[in-house]
Amino acid sequence: MTPLLDIRDLNVYFDTYRALDDVSLSVGKGESFGLVGESGSGKSTLLRAVAGLAPVAGGTIAVEGEEIKGRRRSRDFHRRVQMVFQDPYGSLHPRQTVDRQLLEPLAIHGIGDTEPRIRRALDEVGLGPSFRFRFPHQMSGGQRQRVAIARALILEPKILLLDEPTSALDASVQAEVLNLLEQVRKEHGLTFIMVSHDLGVVTHLCERLAVMQHGRVVETLSSTDLAGGRMRADYTRHLMTASLGFAR
Amino acid sequence: MSALLTVENLKVHYPTRSGLIQAVRGVSFTLGRERLGIVGESGSGKSQTGRAIMGLTAPQALISADRLEFQGQDLLTLSPRERRALRGRRIAMILQDPKYSLNPVMTIGRQIVETLRTHESVTKAEAKRRALEMLEAVQIRDPERVFGLYPHEVSGGMGQRAMIAMMLICGPELMIADEPTSALDVTVQLEVLNILDGLVAKRGMGLIFVSHDLRLVSSFCDRVLVMYAGRVVEELSSGALSEAKHPYTRGLLDCVPKVGESRHPLPVLDRKPEWAA
Repeated sequence: MTPLLDIRDLNVYFDTYRALDDVSLSVGKGESFGLVGESGSGKSTLLRAVAGLAPVAGGTIAVEGEEIKGRRRSRDFHRRVQMVFQDPYGSLHPRQTVDRQLLEPLAIHGIGDTEPRIRRALDEVGLGPSFRFRFPHQMSGGQRQRVAIARALILEPKILLLDEPTSALDASVQAEVLNLLEQVRKEHGLTFIMVSHDLGVVTHLCERLAVMQHGRVVETLSSTDLAGGRMRADYTRHLMTASLGFAR
Repeated sequence: MSALLTVENLKVHYPTRSGLIQAVRGVSFTLGRERLGIVGESGSGKSQTGRAIMGLTAPQALISADRLEFQGQDLLTLSPRERRALRGRRIAMILQDPKYSLNPVMTIGRQIVETLRTHESVTKAEAKRRALEMLEAVQIRDPERVFGLYPHEVSGGMGQRAMIAMMLICGPELMIADEPTSALDVTVQLEVLNILDGLVAKRGMGLIFVSHDLRLVSSFCDRVLVMYAGRVVEELSSGALSEAKHPYTRGLLDCVPKVGESRHPLPVLDRKPEWAA
């Protein structure tokens, strides 16, 4: 079976800085895959390279066996792959209502019956119709992130790229958004690729994960192996110890 | 033990067009030379409490308290000038993100020296010597080099160490740390906490550690105050997290996913209106 997303020897340079160094991984259909590492490890860059937001210098990215070339992404690609960003304050247009922001992807893709779709999308992320004509500043962080998720889901994609989707949120709101993500994944049979620095969050949502450091994948392992301490790389063990918290 | 800081019924209110916002609604505690944690979610008033003690609340705010005393000095009746003399010298504050809290157009060394020379009359050479000493104390390996660097040339962890050095150089008696490690990577977070921990213990300072992370704070502090909607809902001694009684504290502990657990869906907080009463 061909994997849904297959990345081979991917390299990304920012001028002379090598942000991704021969990264390979593949994610199967319906899988939820996590990327963890410290800042500067290249985990977000990898996600952005898939979305066409980072300058790929070498290697291949294939979605459903079909290779994607260059930085341009076709309309068809965006119907299959959507992204949710870290900061819902920055990723929503500050002067557009929720309705307008949800309409945008539909308009771009020439999709009709917008009215029921927008209502359904809002309903799905647990926001009532009263949120439809609000502006981002009239909502809390968690509500905004729900709008961002609704906007990603409205095109009914197969793959959702999640870049630290809950790290800007309070712990209790994070739990709500994580539950929502799990629920929509189940309902739509989505494939997730999620970047996070929080091992608890990644192992909660993902079955498998890749640990990254200095632009390389150090280790790929399952969440159960991580929890059971069955890692091969020292760096993974180091991250794991750090996530357990401060000890005097 | 004489109290370093006494806070009784502290209130911080903000008048707005749509009425009065009550950010802090009657917070009381006393602090000795110990580590006190203040935990809560955004909007709980934890940062506003810290800022009111520091005297950094926005000018339109209305602050009132039955008592707000630092070593017998009533902070509320001090003139701005006296308050300034206190700030940085006897009460210091570490902010969340060194990217924003350090001056971007001044070298790290100059900023540390500036703090010192504002409060003490020392020669330039002496100030530099003490700044270098301080940078070494926060475990910066090459103090001479870092002294001459600009904030954008150093990593987040290094920036936060420089911030700690700057705050400690005048030997304050009280340190307020507002989410000092939230902007840092987990591994760096622990290094910075270790440094802070060592220095606070060695110098016998009082520390107020403001954070949203209940587990982190309870592992670091002697006592923890849990805030919700501008009030303290529970006080816990560290290590007694499991004995938390208030449903908010319990909910906050429960809703965080942990490695090696399988809870689907995660329990969420069911906020009761009476918590905010």
